[in-house]
Amino acid sequence: MNNPIINEDNIVYQKPKLMNDTPMHYCPGCSHGVVHKLIAEIIEEMNMADKTIGISPVGCAVFAYNYLDIDWQEAAHGRAPALATAVKRLWPDRLVFTYQGDGDMASIGACETIHALNRGENICMILINNSIYGMTGGQMAPTTLIGQKTSTCPYGREPDIHGYPLSISNLAVQLEGTCYVTRQAVDTVPAIRKTKAALRKAFENSMNKKGSSLVEIISTCNSGWKLSPSDSNKWMRENVISQYPLGDMKSI
Amino acid sequence: MENKELTLMKGNEALAHAAIRTGVDGYFGYPITPQSEILETLAAQRPWETTGMVVLQAESETASINMLYGGAACGKKVFTSSSSIGIALMQEGVSYCAGAELPIVFVNVQRGGPGLGTIQPSQGDYFQATRGGGNGDYNTIVLAPSSVQEMADFVDLAFDLAFKYRNPAMILSDGLIGQMMEPVVLPPQRPRRTDAEVIEQCPWATTGRPSSRRPNIITSLELKPEKMEANNLRLQEKYRTIRECETRYETILCDDADYLIVAFGSAARIAESAIKELRDNGVKVGLFRPITVWPFPEKELREISKGKKFILVAEINAGQMIQDVRLSVGDSLPVHHYGRLGGMVPEPKEIVDEIENLIKTQSL
Repeated sequence: MNNPIINEDNIVYQKPKLMNDTPMHYCPGCSHGVVHKLIAEIIEEMNMADKTIGISPVGCAVFAYNYLDIDWQEAAHGRAPALATAVKRLWPDRLVFTYQGDGDMASIGACETIHALNRGENICMILINNSIYGMTGGQMAPTTLIGQKTSTCPYGREPDIHGYPLSISNLAVQLEGTCYVTRQAVDTVPAIRKTKAALRKAFENSMNKKGSSLVEIISTCNSGWKLSPSDSNKWMRENVISQYPLGDMKSI
Repeated sequence: MENKELTLMKGNEALAHAAIRTGVDGYFGYPITPQSEILETLAAQRPWETTGMVVLQAESETASINMLYGGAACGKKVFTSSSSIGIALMQEGVSYCAGAELPIVFVNVQRGGPGLGTIQPSQGDYFQATRGGGNGDYNTIVLAPSSVQEMADFVDLAFDLAFKYRNPAMILSDGLIGQMMEPVVLPPQRPRRTDAEVIEQCPWATTGRPSSRRPNIITSLELKPEKMEANNLRLQEKYRTIRECETRYETILCDDADYLIVAFGSAARIAESAIKELRDNGVKVGLFRPITVWPFPEKELREISKGKKFILVAEINAGQMIQDVRLSVGDSLPVHHYGRLGGMVPEPKEIVDEIENLIKTQSL
């Protein structure tokens, strides 16, 4: 154990302290773990651990509260923005964020999403968009691409039958309450760094009372897509990002 | 009545003023007749400038109840109000609050149903209020005011009970009590709890985790059935305690009565007038009024009904509380029902006639 190389001075990377050792239930290759880690890092860097309240969704991230050692509320499906609205208004000096999937935010919770963003609640909403329902086993989501196969559109999404993909971020840009809308990914190290910067900016906006921030993160679901993790990244870059282009969409 | 100022106002207005005065932290609600005066009164009073109370018009009843979940989960005293249809829409959220053991207060100023129904008074939501209302095995503490004064008084009582048991509490009113004007003594103004007091009184709340404690997690989810059964058993134990300790009721002229009327809320007010007329006619009738309809005062009703010739359950519905009355007294005496539906409110004379007809039928 007395290895001189393993000492404090030589540490170049550490797991954030707010991330505990609970084994994650996410599939290997899933984007959730990366985003969880970024959130933990930013809360630590902002020294806000004792003032942060996270709202977890119904969906794959329902158990987010098991992995990050902050106070959490687990919301009903789609209602995280309503919870966050109340928490932030009743505790205005707290850092309040929601962490939601695309089914949660863009389908069942579309109403609460639009209205929280439009009121300009001083919260950060994080959208993990993997264009499918992961937790329930790969059904069609509001974000599912035209032609994409899922268990409830097994021959591919057809607009005549299923309607068109919905982009909450495109809508959010139009709302006066939003101060920051951005779409990022976590498939490469540079992308992860950009996503981290975006999340940090969104958290700071909410503490500076600038209004609502929405950080959409294009993600993979290799189990739902029935592809290997590396093929999922490739498929995402070739198909998903053309439908949902990356970059800042609004920044005030 | 020393130093107490009487004010004439509607039940809905009295409830709103009482909420501000008793230090409530937040209201989240959506307009619906016949209860919109609650939000309107709060908006006119601007309590955010005085006590610091948050008032927000939500985008829907679904959002309102989930705002309550968020607010109560961080230890604050938050309430909403709606009428029948809106309360139906909230039931998912109420079930979540029961499962996560959150002390919310919600007010149902009932109107006639089913569906969009009508805007006139009704007591048609008794089953929904007293049987849980949403999914799963749970109960809500339900207070039924029968005067404008009780609309004011029950706000603080509902919050006391909700926080004592970490359980949803409902004020089950109706369009009659909400809309009618009566003199009321409002509670004295007291400050809201400070943030430090909230943290001290609600160590379970999600207020931000200091390094000295484990994270607080508010959830109703547990995928392991053994643990979920244990959670349910703990809830059932709590409901047993509430049943034992928190029944409330009022009796009027029961001691010498030959006949008993059981009625709650506005129906009890109508029954009171009927009893006065019946006693003027020489018929000895008393009133048993449950104030908590869950927990229902079973033992007390059983005791008081001893020696009476029959019970008439007067409700503004098709016969809902009558089930609890029958469960309380068994077949120890006949139990009859009188009700009106669809927003029609009975006149005292209808109850007088019903009692007199029942006496005639029984003596045949």
